[in-house]
Amino acid sequence: MTTTLNNATLNNATLNGAALKETPKPIAGTASYLDDRLGAGSFLKRNLRKVFPDHWSFLLGEIALYSFIILLLTGTFLTFWFKPGMGHVVYDGPYQQLRGVTMSEAYASTLKISFEVRGGLLMRQMHHWAALLFVAGMMVHMLRVFFTGAYRKPRELNWIIGVLLLTLALAEGLTGYSLPDDLLSGAGLRITEGVAISLPLIGTYLTFFLFGGEYPGEDVIARFYSLHILLIPGILLALISAHMILMWVQKHTQMPGTGRSNTNVVGAPFYPAFMLKAGAYFLFTFTAIAGLGTFAQINPIWLFGPYTPSDISAGSQPDFYMGFLEGALRIMPAWEINFLGYTLPLSVLIPALVPMGIVMTGLALYPFLEQWVTGDRREHHIADRPRNNPHRTSIGISAVTFYGILWLLGANDEISAFFHIDLYHTTIFGRFAIILGPALAYAITYRICMGLQRKDADVMSHGVESGVIKRMPNGQYIEVHVPPAEDIADHLRGKALIPIVPGEADSEGIPPKGARSILGKARAMMSKKYGTEHIPLEEDGHGHGHAALGPGEGDHKEVH
Amino acid sequence: MIGTGISVNSITARRRHPLARLAVVALALGLLGGGYALFAPSNSADAAIASGKADDVAEGKSLFVAHCSSCHGMNAEGTPMGPPLVGVGAAAVDFQVSSGRMPAANPGPQMQRKPLGEWVTPEAINQLSAYIMSLGGGPQRPSAEMVDPAKGDAAKGGELFRANCIQCHNFVGAGGALTYGKYAPNLNESTPEQIYEAMVTGPQAMPVFNDSTITPEDKRNMIAYIVQMRELKDPGGFGLGRIGPVTEGLVVWIAGLSFMSLTAIWITAKKRKK
Repeated sequence: MTTTLNNATLNNATLNGAALKETPKPIAGTASYLDDRLGAGSFLKRNLRKVFPDHWSFLLGEIALYSFIILLLTGTFLTFWFKPGMGHVVYDGPYQQLRGVTMSEAYASTLKISFEVRGGLLMRQMHHWAALLFVAGMMVHMLRVFFTGAYRKPRELNWIIGVLLLTLALAEGLTGYSLPDDLLSGAGLRITEGVAISLPLIGTYLTFFLFGGEYPGEDVIARFYSLHILLIPGILLALISAHMILMWVQKHTQMPGTGRSNTNVVGAPFYPAFMLKAGAYFLFTFTAIAGLGTFAQINPIWLFGPYTPSDISAGSQPDFYMGFLEGALRIMPAWEINFLGYTLPLSVLIPALVPMGIVMTGLALYPFLEQWVTGDRREHHIADRPRNNPHRTSIGISAVTFYGILWLLGANDEISAFFHIDLYHTTIFGRFAIILGPALAYAITYRICMGLQRKDADVMSHGVESGVIKRMPNGQYIEVHVPPAEDIADHLRGKALIPIVPGEADSEGIPPKGARSILGKARAMMSKKYGTEHIPLEEDGHGHGHAALGPGEGDHKEVH
Repeated sequence: MIGTGISVNSITARRRHPLARLAVVALALGLLGGGYALFAPSNSADAAIASGKADDVAEGKSLFVAHCSSCHGMNAEGTPMGPPLVGVGAAAVDFQVSSGRMPAANPGPQMQRKPLGEWVTPEAINQLSAYIMSLGGGPQRPSAEMVDPAKGDAAKGGELFRANCIQCHNFVGAGGALTYGKYAPNLNESTPEQIYEAMVTGPQAMPVFNDSTITPEDKRNMIAYIVQMRELKDPGGFGLGRIGPVTEGLVVWIAGLSFMSLTAIWITAKKRKK
């Protein structure tokens, strides 16, 4: 610390025109005072030079991080005026269309924030847009980590923390948008109650516990408030810190390329280059959120009106991240089981629990399942390109399709109303698409990955088109191919083989130890499928000469 | 007749009087006509005729024959293509014709609002209304005062609107989907008069909200709310169609994340070494 300061001061500061020979006492004194007591000098020295690899997709997680910071700040502002009470008041504020209407304190105070508190509406809108960007940022970050295999050892636990963060973010969102006690969020609360009460055995007790009696009761807003501003953000903050520390300690993965290996990190040091970029990216995030908050109206609760359990509006939707649950509920057939006077409402239970269970459990388990299938216990610090692990990419796109179809059908009434499609047709489409869509997505993605691998292999073995057309002595025209640029070639060479667990029977027809049981056989089969290399990269041995070869030697590939 | 003290024979004898049939018919007609005159809406077809609008009925009939009869029948008795129009009233005629829903362009799950045909003038609507009223009465068109948004209490109307209308028409009347290809239309284009008429006649999939369900005064309050809401400037920026979180989600993914991705690409971009 001291040395850095010394240099900086020596270079920049002048006193009476003469260069300083030593650090001015106020700076040196303060620095060494702090260093002696905090030991910060050596810590900073070590960590400020931390190297971060550069790729645009590595910044996606920061969208969520910076949105979270903006959420904390705008949220604190909102707590100054929000009253989390369900006591009845008669509105007499400046919004004409609700004057004289009875409403809860929570709703009235949200109206006050929107129309009377200076900057209140902007803060509310920024808070809500930041929440949407927070979850969207987490989702794209998670997809990036998944498709590049960055969750592999040693980062599995950080991946689990990420899954927890996403789950908590959904809960944080639900408790947050319920707080204004408006008619739209009330519909969401009603579904929450419906899900809780449909749970077998404990449903009724759980509902009465949550709502403090019959729905909606007088307690739920205050309880959600405690969860929303204290408990869940506290856990989020702790987990985000853990997420960052682990990332820092384990170092960031990097894309394959020149000079990059599994044992180094190539990139820019944290100070100053990466810090500058991160700072700039925070400002961009802030720009996006402030811009949306200024120009695009979000959650206009005054249009929705106060919550009354008897009222419901057409087009009641949750925020986007809950859309997949809404869609599941909408396409679910009305099944229920009546047994000994007890009802098991499958039409609520299945859509509420199964898609969420598939998505979240699948995410949490994937690193471990993959490890089990491939038998790969090595550390990985080089990211996979999605095409180079086609089965993983196909599984991912399959899951995205499953989620996406449910999400789309959460808006089926708006789709029906605005595109004039029969509502029931959208439902029936959804019931088929939710089964067929992921399978189709798997097949298509796999083909695309193979095609891209073939393209890579082609670039490596034949080079890239140079744009030069050459006429051969025999009259044939060919396009001259040149070898790819070295950095591109290194990027392509980053393709790593996926290990396969042994499963082949030996010469006496006895399979290896692990592959004798049914499970073992299944594992060996899956491993073979998952890891088999179909399109190996072959470097072109004869280089430039290849293009000038005569006809009859693979030249059909070069004439386009 | 037993126990009433009146001789059965004398009644039987009177019944057989030559003029008895005539008297009974006269009595029945008199009761019916008189009763109708007493209880029927005052400005019915009779009133139209009395005030010299008999021509309107005739004109209306010829308009009806030209534009409506192919589906509703020559005498508005209805066909498999269209319902009978006896008793639907002037309110239904004005709602359907002035919004362009009738005459229908093509049969479908629901008739849509469309630009008016050249023959559709206020006068033509009056004449058609007079003709339909002459067939069997029905709900009348509201007066200008009954639908004047300025005279209504919007906040009270808003409560009624939320209780009765939004489950199909959305919070602010932006419209919504119904089953089998039907839909609740956007209310932004409806005139106050059309809104009133829709409530009293219940066109297509809409239920009837008659005067005992919602009083005319409350209807005016609701009209005030609908009109004020669509005139309300969105204080928070672009309203995004006022249909709730669906468009908000689209905006955050399309505008928000695109912006964030582009800036990420920008600040990590490197000049490629040649």
